[in-house]
Amino acid sequence: MILRTARWRVLLAGAAIYLTGTAVWGQTPPATTPAAASPPAAVLPPGSPLIGRPENLEAAKLAPISSPPIATPVDKLPTAKLKLPPGFSLEVYAAGMTNARSLREGDKGTVFVGSRLVDKVYAITHADHQVKVIASGLHRPNGVAFHNGTLYIAELSQISKIDGIEDHLDNPPKPTVIYDDLPKDEAHGWKFISIGPDNKLYIPVGQPGNNVLHDAAHGQIRRINLDGSGAEVVALGVRNSVGFDWNPLNKQMYFTDNGRDWMSEDVPEDKLNRLSKVGEDFGVPYCYQGNIADPEFGWGHSCSQYTPPVALMGAHTAALGMRFYLGSMFPKEYRNAIFIARHGSWNRTKKLGGDVVVVKLNPDGTVKSVQPFLTGFIENNNYLGRPVDVQPLEDGSLLVSDDWNGAVYRITYGNPRRAHR
Amino acid sequence: MDRWGIRGLLGHGWAALMLAAGLAAPPVMAASTQERMVPCLACHGETGQSRIENTPSLGAQQPAYTLIQLFMFREKLRKSEIMNQMAKDFTDDDLRTVSDYLAALPKPQAAENGAIDRMQRAQVLAQKEHCNSCHNADFSGRDNIPRLAGQREDYLAKTLREYKNNTRAGYDGTMSEVLQPVTDAEIADLAYYLAHLSSKSEH
Repeated sequence: MILRTARWRVLLAGAAIYLTGTAVWGQTPPATTPAAASPPAAVLPPGSPLIGRPENLEAAKLAPISSPPIATPVDKLPTAKLKLPPGFSLEVYAAGMTNARSLREGDKGTVFVGSRLVDKVYAITHADHQVKVIASGLHRPNGVAFHNGTLYIAELSQISKIDGIEDHLDNPPKPTVIYDDLPKDEAHGWKFISIGPDNKLYIPVGQPGNNVLHDAAHGQIRRINLDGSGAEVVALGVRNSVGFDWNPLNKQMYFTDNGRDWMSEDVPEDKLNRLSKVGEDFGVPYCYQGNIADPEFGWGHSCSQYTPPVALMGAHTAALGMRFYLGSMFPKEYRNAIFIARHGSWNRTKKLGGDVVVVKLNPDGTVKSVQPFLTGFIENNNYLGRPVDVQPLEDGSLLVSDDWNGAVYRITYGNPRRAHR
Repeated sequence: MDRWGIRGLLGHGWAALMLAAGLAAPPVMAASTQERMVPCLACHGETGQSRIENTPSLGAQQPAYTLIQLFMFREKLRKSEIMNQMAKDFTDDDLRTVSDYLAALPKPQAAENGAIDRMQRAQVLAQKEHCNSCHNADFSGRDNIPRLAGQREDYLAKTLREYKNNTRAGYDGTMSEVLQPVTDAEIADLAYYLAHLSSKSEH
């Protein structure tokens, strides 16, 4: 429920705004009249991101940020403003894909791109980086995974597949559904998927609201066999994970998780978690960022009951897609490091994130450092672009998707062979 | 379904006649921008100020907002017989061109002689609902949030009602959600207030 401010405060504020004169209607007002009684605040729809917004002017400025509805033309992409460490370069891999989101490389080098706000899955051809639409009419097809020639697509509430897709990019078969025992909540319902070293497909189910007591079907990560059978929950207490990958050294799954909104500008931070056993509980909604008991739900619970994160990813940075880097194009220090795309804030006055960071691990799998890698997407507190996912390619270069512009960039090191169009 | 009432029909009736007479064909974007805009401005006003009922003024409107609305008309995410028709063949470049053109037109003139007590009551309400936090202190808008100052009162009232009862699709759910606690009488006051408001800034 949105709390109402005291009437007198509102009247005084009204008089103050008039006197500063930012809006005029050219007449002198009489003494202030009492405001008419207003009805009780109506309840917001369940799952609304505005639930819990405090009743003050600064908070009222904050709402989820809508990206442009059309892709940015290639010549208007903000590539000149993006920054990398010395020795790295960035180029446009492909553009014109409205709301380009998760990435996945096929066995033959095709790059598949999901979307969240449109209905399409795109494919970027390996030979000349042409963009094709290989599935459409889907509901939030954000997640893409690939195994043995088959593309797996995650919509809001179902997983489907297309066999042999790389040989049929121009005439792709329709996807066939393999698993649909998933909730239909829009809030945190869009999905990242990935296939683990166990050949199972991992599927997150976000909790259906900013900060809610969720049921046994939400707030978790599941896995299924590639034929859709054998669903089981592997992680609990997850708010909204939109990225995960497996440590090549010990096969443990690392996943990002977005922290709740409307607690404060600076806490809780988003998390990088590590799954060390099936059924592990990461605390949400009772405990955030490993050490903050939730002010609403945390009573009677202790953060020590739950698994803390291995790293904090910044407040409201929207840490999303992540991959371990296994290639040899980048310098040795990046071997087995994790690249994480941070989409950037909406629930914060001064935006944070809007970049790709690199996380280096200690030999025991704990985090040694989190450093900026690709920056420049935020200028004067406005978005020039918003990274969503990263995908190392077979050749050791790194792709980054940008759903604000509908583009995919490619990062290389050293003397790169220029990607031809 | 007639959502605009008898008086609104007059406005849309005129536009329909012009369409039939070929005077307001959907703009074909091959000619110069100014020529292309003629059929649009026939309803929305040559200088950005609309004189037709329930038809919004578009002068100095935030281009990111206009682009979204034209996109929604083109994709039929927002239903309006005449605007769906006008926008149906727009390319993405056309969306950008039209939005930028309209942004450069003068802002609409506010209605005059607003009744003092009504303006004051509405100003307090607009602050209580934090309309000014997104739409700016002077209601000139920003980014993809529209300018409201000086807009037609009938169009504002219609829009607020339609967001509240979900007959107008928003690009996102924000307007529908923030309007849930606002009564019909308050909507009428807000529309009156904004129509009589002159913003200082052009953009």
